[in-house]
Amino acid sequence: MRLLNASGCLDALTAPEVARQLDGFVTKTITPLPREGNAPPRIAETAHGMLNAIGLANPGRERFLAETLPRLHELKLPLWISVGGFCAADYAETCAALAGVEAIELNLSCPNVDEAADSAAEIVAACRRATTLPLYAKLSAAHPDLGEVARAVAAAGADGLSLINTLRGMALHPRTLEPVLARGQGGLSGPSLKPVALAAVHTCYAATKLPVVGMGGVVTGQDVVELVACGARDVALGTVLFSDPDAPSRVRAEIASVDLDEVFGTAHEASEVLA
Amino acid sequence: MPRRERRSVAGVEAVGAYTLLRLDRGGLDPGVPGQFFMLEAPGRLLPRALSLCLAPAGELAFLLEAVGPGTEALCALQPGERIHVFGPLGNGFRLDVERPLLVGGGIGMAPLSYLAGRIGRPPVVLGFRSDRHAEAAALLPEAEVVVDPVLVTELIEPDFDVLACGPEPMLRAVAERCPGAQLAWEAAMACGYGACYGCAFEIDGELKRLCVEGPVLAAA
Ligand SMILES: Cc1cc2nc3c(=O)[nH]c(=O)nc-3n(C[C@H](O)[C@H](O)[C@H](O)COP(=O)(O)OP(=O)(O)OC[C@H]3O[C@@H](n4cnc5c(N)ncnc54)[C@H](O)[C@@H]3O)c2cc1C
Ligand SMILES: Cc1cc2nc3c(=O)[nH]c(=O)nc-3n(C[C@H](O)[C@H](O)[C@H](O)COP(=O)(O)O)c2cc1C
Ligand code: FES
Repeated sequence: MRLLNASGCLDALTAPEVARQLDGFVTKTITPLPREGNAPPRIAETAHGMLNAIGLANPGRERFLAETLPRLHELKLPLWISVGGFCAADYAETCAALAGVEAIELNLSCPNVDEAADSAAEIVAACRRATTLPLYAKLSAAHPDLGEVARAVAAAGADGLSLINTLRGMALHPRTLEPVLARGQGGLSGPSLKPVALAAVHTCYAATKLPVVGMGGVVTGQDVVELVACGARDVALGTVLFSDPDAPSRVRAEIASVDLDEVFGTAHEASEVLA
Repeated sequence: MPRRERRSVAGVEAVGAYTLLRLDRGGLDPGVPGQFFMLEAPGRLLPRALSLCLAPAGELAFLLEAVGPGTEALCALQPGERIHVFGPLGNGFRLDVERPLLVGGGIGMAPLSYLAGRIGRPPVVLGFRSDRHAEAAALLPEAEVVVDPVLVTELIEPDFDVLACGPEPMLRAVAERCPGAQLAWEAAMACGYGACYGCAFEIDGELKRLCVEGPVLAAA
């Protein structure tokens, strides 16, 4: 099991000490053109979670490749590049420009920008033709038949799945009843997402047997164990990093204190993933 | 990277309409005035950003205005309870100014106590919205104080190097009057260390992370 950060939840260049606790660094989603992101306020706390409407703020493909990526390589960490766009060609062009990284994560599921015109499977197929690097498809759990989407992206050539992205939500000021986020709605993350994440990982692993990066509301080592029990091969930490920059080391120590033989029985596949 | 430690509450005192929360300092560095700490708010998912108000020996003290669930939880802490504290974070005030004048509005006086101590009793002007809020000026006994409807910006004389913290309209008014002033801004923050991109703030015409670039910025 590799412990990663969830895309958009860590900047390895401003906090290298946090990134070095991980087995790989996942970038914020890169789009073809630079994006400033949405107007503030962009975040709101909710009961057991938070909403964000960052809006894929990023320097754009060209500056990322010329300035950010070389600096990330200096950290000597396996790099996962999160790729976004608005049509299949956007994604495929960024994939074609990437080399020497651990994997590409296709963000097919950002709730804070208008949706891509092409289907998840079309985007994966276009990227498959553009690169031989491992391709992870990051899906939204909001799909009514998630197993079907997972099978479609697997057939289109995905090497793995990243599950799950945020779910769309809204928060209102208690007195004015105006939305807290300037954009109105945003993506829900944090502990309230965990049951949804467990179900999505379980469904998609059963449907495809592809390696899954599980994420959504992980706070403790126990949460990691549960995602792995549902079929995750690797696990990513997102919102927990905001309140606890030492979460990767803490979570690892917590996993080490779980008696895997007791919870999984001896020689269980999941025990081997966590060992 | 600043440290994150679990520290215990040394005291909680009312100061006018505000609350002074004193924590034992442990291995934490108080940092430069204007820098901030992320404090765990019991029962809340996200920590809250607070500027250091005072740095008495062995302690870190924060002045709080209870405006919502997080600051209410922090004000309700009892001596001996422990919370995670992460910092100091961000960029504070530059202290190498010739004729400092400290300008504070409301809870924006918080970092000015620590700042005044670090630059040797500079003149201070503070504005509050009521007499009860103005009682907090006891933390800065040398300050000249005004209460609504008088505005603190009316007390700013020319040719001073202004260092200010307060509500956004006050800071905008100071920026207009005093080019080059150092202003401590606020934005909604989830992480305080550059991870979330939540604290977007317009700097030089671009949205940037206030926790990384600020919170103290030079007026354009
Ligand atoms: C650099 C900095 C220094 C600060 N110093 C002080 C201080 O010394 N004393 C003090 O009383 N307050 C200070 N604040 C403001 C304080 O952080 C907010 O009042 C507090 O986060 C509000 O949380 P809440 O749950 O009580 O209220 P709510 O408004 O319900 O907050 C809910 C959510 O919004 C975020 N949020 C909302 N408004 C703000 C805001 N203005 N700034 C930051 N986050 C916000 C909170 O972090 C939280 O996630 C500072 C803010 C910043 C950015
Ligand atoms: C502030 C913030 C920004 C995010 N940005 C991205 C992003 O750029 N690309 C992406 O694929 N997911 C993004 N996500 C989603 C996370 O990667 C993750 O899928 C989600 O937050 C669930 O995990 P968590 O509950 O552990 O945070 C973002 C989440 C947050 C909270
Ligand atoms: S508060 Fe998270 S990036 Fe500034």
